[in-house]
Amino acid sequence: MTIIKSDLVPVRSEQDIVLARQSVRKVAQEIGFGIVDQTKIVTAASELARNTVVYGLGGEMRWETLEDGGRKGLRLHFVDRGPGIEDVARALTDGWTSGSGLGLGLSGAKRLVNDFEIETAPGRGTRVTITRWK
Amino acid sequence: MDRIPILRMGDFLLVTIQVDMHDRLARTLQEDLTEKIERTGAKGVLIDISALELVDSYIGRMIANISAMARILDAQTVVVGMRPAVAITLVELGLSLSGVDTALTVERGMQRLRARLGRTDSTDDDHQE
Repeated sequence: MTIIKSDLVPVRSEQDIVLARQSVRKVAQEIGFGIVDQTKIVTAASELARNTVVYGLGGEMRWETLEDGGRKGLRLHFVDRGPGIEDVARALTDGWTSGSGLGLGLSGAKRLVNDFEIETAPGRGTRVTITRWK
Repeated sequence: MDRIPILRMGDFLLVTIQVDMHDRLARTLQEDLTEKIERTGAKGVLIDISALELVDSYIGRMIANISAMARILDAQTVVVGMRPAVAITLVELGLSLSGVDTALTVERGMQRLRARLGRTDSTDDDHQE
């Protein structure tokens, strides 16, 4: 698997959430994602960017366009240095939220992509990586 | 501060969302709309989201909230023009927007609102049809 292109986008404010999903949209279009695939990855990005701002207290998103044996994909890393998540299994449960949200951010984003990984520990921040293949 | 315009058309309010909304803009719309329903006594709200390329859980919740708040203020809400890719994504995300009335186009949304209001005005004389 090769990374073709990559860039870093700050995710620190509500306005950054909009900018993050716009940059994901642009890259998804560039690599030829159809409208449904675009909408899914952009929506997942929106959920995760909001988590980065609200729960992670700000961080960044790195996007990477991938090529693996002829197929193309888009990978997004959301990284923050916030408080981390104590109980990941619970955080991935539909409807569970530590804040005032609907509790669909992580679990919903996971359903919208092909690969989903989360690395987190209390006090060590959170890194969520998602990939959608064309 | 940015605001989404709310147009008054007789008994109805029309909101056309044409920008990629940041969260605060969604919250402001919620407040503006409920205030306007109260002020105008509007009976119906039409929210046109045909220009929206994305409805995430935050915007979805805002739409559901507006619909619930409007109902309490005696106004019906119809959400019109959701794009198919947005609908597919919303359901996979886990939001079914149950309790939110939808129509494919503004025209059909208007018809829906009129029909609903027609039914509730049952004290009226026979309608000419």
